[in-house]
Amino acid sequence: MTTTDITTASVNAHLPQVHEPRNTGVPLDLDWALGAQANTSAIERRCANLPARRSVKKDHQAAWLLKAITMIDLTTLSGDDTAERVKRLCAKAANPVRRDILDALDMGPITTGAVCVYHDMVETAVTALEGTGIPVAAVSTGFPAGLSPLHLRIQEIQESVKAGATEIDIVISRRHVLSGNWQALYDEMRAFREACGEAHVKAILATGELGSLRNVARASYICMMAGADFIKTSTGKESVNATLPVSLTMIRAIRDYHARTGFRVGYKPAGGISKAKDSLVYLSLIKEELGAHWLQPHMFRFGASSLLGDIERQLEHHVTGHYSAAYRHPIG
Amino acid sequence: MTVKEIFETMEYGDAPESAAEALRWLVDNGSRFGHFIGGQTTEVGTTFESRNPATGEVLAHISQASQADVDLAVAAAKAAQKKWEKIGGKARAKYLYALARLVQKHARLFSVLESLDNGKPIREARDADIPLVARHFYYHAGMAQLMDEELPDRAPLGVCGQIIPWNFPLLMLAWKIAPAIAMGNTVVLKPAEYTPLTALLFAQICTEAGLPKGVVNIVTGDGAVGEMIVAHNDIDKIAFTGSTAVGRRIRQATAGSGKSLTLELGGKSPYVVFEDADIDSAIEGLVDAIFFNQGQVCCAGSRLLVQESIAEDFHNRLIARMAKLRIGNPLDKSIDVGAIVDPAQLSRITQMIETSAQSGKVHQPVAAPEGCFYPPTLITGLHGSDSLMQEEIFGPVLVSTTFRTQAEAVQVANNTRFGLAASVWTENINLALDIAPKLAAGVVWVNGANMFDAAAGFGGLRESGFGREGGWEGLQAYTKPIVKGKAVKAPKAFDKPQVLEVEGLDRTAKMYIGGKQARPDSGYSKGVYSSKGKLLGHVGIGSRKDIRNAVEAARGAAGWAKASAHLRAQILYYIGENLSARSDEFAARIQAMTGTTAGKAVQEVTDAIETLFTFAAWCDKLDGAAKPVPMRGVALAMNESLGVIGAFCDDRPLAGLVEVIAPAIAMGNRVVAVASDAYQLAATDFYQVLDTSDLPAGVVNIITGPHDALAETMAGHMDIDAVWSFSSSDISKHIEFESASNLKRTWVNNGMDRGYSARDWLAQSVEVKTVWVPYGE
Repeated sequence: MTTTDITTASVNAHLPQVHEPRNTGVPLDLDWALGAQANTSAIERRCANLPARRSVKKDHQAAWLLKAITMIDLTTLSGDDTAERVKRLCAKAANPVRRDILDALDMGPITTGAVCVYHDMVETAVTALEGTGIPVAAVSTGFPAGLSPLHLRIQEIQESVKAGATEIDIVISRRHVLSGNWQALYDEMRAFREACGEAHVKAILATGELGSLRNVARASYICMMAGADFIKTSTGKESVNATLPVSLTMIRAIRDYHARTGFRVGYKPAGGISKAKDSLVYLSLIKEELGAHWLQPHMFRFGASSLLGDIERQLEHHVTGHYSAAYRHPIG
Repeated sequence: MTVKEIFETMEYGDAPESAAEALRWLVDNGSRFGHFIGGQTTEVGTTFESRNPATGEVLAHISQASQADVDLAVAAAKAAQKKWEKIGGKARAKYLYALARLVQKHARLFSVLESLDNGKPIREARDADIPLVARHFYYHAGMAQLMDEELPDRAPLGVCGQIIPWNFPLLMLAWKIAPAIAMGNTVVLKPAEYTPLTALLFAQICTEAGLPKGVVNIVTGDGAVGEMIVAHNDIDKIAFTGSTAVGRRIRQATAGSGKSLTLELGGKSPYVVFEDADIDSAIEGLVDAIFFNQGQVCCAGSRLLVQESIAEDFHNRLIARMAKLRIGNPLDKSIDVGAIVDPAQLSRITQMIETSAQSGKVHQPVAAPEGCFYPPTLITGLHGSDSLMQEEIFGPVLVSTTFRTQAEAVQVANNTRFGLAASVWTENINLALDIAPKLAAGVVWVNGANMFDAAAGFGGLRESGFGREGGWEGLQAYTKPIVKGKAVKAPKAFDKPQVLEVEGLDRTAKMYIGGKQARPDSGYSKGVYSSKGKLLGHVGIGSRKDIRNAVEAARGAAGWAKASAHLRAQILYYIGENLSARSDEFAARIQAMTGTTAGKAVQEVTDAIETLFTFAAWCDKLDGAAKPVPMRGVALAMNESLGVIGAFCDDRPLAGLVEVIAPAIAMGNRVVAVASDAYQLAATDFYQVLDTSDLPAGVVNIITGPHDALAETMAGHMDIDAVWSFSSSDISKHIEFESASNLKRTWVNNGMDRGYSARDWLAQSVEVKTVWVPYGE
């Protein structure tokens, strides 16, 4: 693993609290949260339309794809993860793109936004990433179902933070949304946030299990009110993960929350984003609906494992003019 | 910019679509174009320039058609028509199918050429215009295929003169040509002076499709060429899309010519947002509504009505959204707002805003580049009395006002001379489906804007014109019922005899207005005499004021349109029943006035009763439709009443009156009927039947008086929605000409008596409203 190139990177440069006043949360406001509307067909039309409305070509495309890499939470969340597997992933996170390709683009070194692992792998990852400035994110709270006892979920967060995770991806209790128990959802999120301490917390809504976009909007508001630093679509384990309509619904809630409270909450779509072209659409969606301020690793992340590979191929194509092959790029 | 810099700024950069192929096509054609007549390209004549509005560059030199060119084109169309009709729908379908395929094969060339010529963003030409063109030809290939079986009682009109605007050059061509040729008509089409290029490319694919010569003819030029088409004697139908001012002139110019006419004109369509709407989606919908095609859309949602409780927040968010719009080079794929079609149009928009926006606040969050561009604009704080709330701007300018309640929203939305389209945003289905029928518009989009499909009718009412394009209803505009007509003979009432014979007690026949008997405002009456010289009674000589009073009464009876179809049916049956009880009396009256045989008089009464029963039966059976449009949602075609219909009856004293009343009121209209010019007394007897039949006051109003004197008042009255004439007096031209006042629908006999079917009567008694309801949770 070569880390010499990035020794100048400040530690944890990608953490939101380094750049933004952290979302403290606000008192639960059910009139606001439950007043949220989400017209599915109109939202779908906007999403269907957007890729054609914004087209990013040539050098701009290369730059955008490089940016996308810096926003990837490079992830492994498998039952068969081992320490060596995680180390390999961390090495890739520190050197996501072949040096010759970066040189051809006249770009300095870049890294992914973070490495995302289960609690058991946190220490391994932290050690592997030492000196790279890449934060380690842990999925905690009984990931992915979030159905273990509350005190254990809270304890898991604390353990992960203690192990060196500076970002915690929690899962909400979908049953609170589905049964309309908004107070419980708020309290749970508050408790998770508190347990995170200085680590920043991403609230996974598991949108594929919430039943409607309106519920997605409501859950987004409640989690932001309870102090989430990021809201995130999915665990990657639901049958439907990140989609553009879900993303549009969530980022519109983020925009509204910022307008009313002044706090900028980050956004992380996760699961199912595997093509370079898709990542460009997501970035233009963010740029259009939230603004360029959100196009930074401390405000936006992709939860993805195979996206990086496709981006690498596109970058090589951009540099050489020839379509690339997967085996030409080091695996992560 | 280096990759490293872009990495920091995250700007979009350029995404240009190449114009090379389109420019090569122009050069290959010598950059000079003649007309397309009889399958041949004509010699280039006197030319004018077609420019790219985004750059000002000349794209091509286009021929200005002369009268001789137009004559030639019409002659070619006429020569081709009979054979084109005779080959049958299934044979025609193959050509339409080929046209659809060819449009798809040349889709990119059409798109780029359209963008170059018109200034619209390439994305819109590519993703909206051209796919809809192909869809329209596919759809109507199907209509041609089905015509012989499904429309056995209808025939083509003949030669259609079609004049189209510059905002959707090829799409408007498709909307005109596809249904026309599908139904067996041939056409002479004039594209707009600013944007003739895609029509000329279309002419070439007509050749590639092997379309028989003369079926489609395209002549280019300015408004003068349009006038030649409108005035041409060998043209049977004029279809026009464009401004209300020109539409009005065409209405007047074609009056009395026997040409059928459909007009798709301007609009000032309301965009109504309720407080329970998905606000961000409603704002995004406005991008489609008013900034689509630089707002140069007849049905643009140009009048924003926001519920007071959310107005401030809504405006702020809208302005923020507008700030994200990208305006500039139309050939850039990431451009939202392109060029205005021509500097003349730009200065028109600029002037309108500069002179009239004082009372409001103008928001222009993004600047327009140099050249023929106008920035997306919102003007808040306006009221109905501001001219910008009333006049069509035809640019990317949204005007805004507020409302408090649903009732007020309807009132403000309908406070316009136009009636093309409307959008309603609410998450409440009760509200959406309640308000849609109340909006004066031919098209209503629920939680959406500017949705179009070949299967769904499009068109307006009021000064937005008449006729529908698309769907089965659109075929009405290119077919006519197969009916035999014979010239109307004006009967003459019996004169006052030398020696007057009077019998019985004097009976006063009055007019019938608002459910009450009314003396003529003029204070004059005239006698009605029998063949044997008896004075049968006096009838009032109606005047303009009686028409005025009757229209007011009819307008007041608006509740009739909301009465259930079942109730309307019951009342029509009841009228029939009560008439039947007095058959002998009516038959005797008819015989006395007309001198006909007893048998024929009885037959007329029987006919009238049959008519009442027939339309009673129809009340609850003229179904609407759910159109299979290509989206998750439904487009409902709802048959709505027109409102107030003024009708001049033929000279069957009773049956002529009943024939106009029955279908009109069956469909929820109110009627101001002027009784037979020659024999009025049966009509005045008839109001006693109405009085005993539970018909609400004002639904039917009966006037007696000379048709030629009343025609102008009736046809010119701006609170009447349609005028029919079956009169034996020569008033058809007069009616069509005067109807231009508010562009009401007309249905006149032109001196011919035709036996229309119930379906024909019903079609004239309803307005098809298309309500788009996308759904999904």
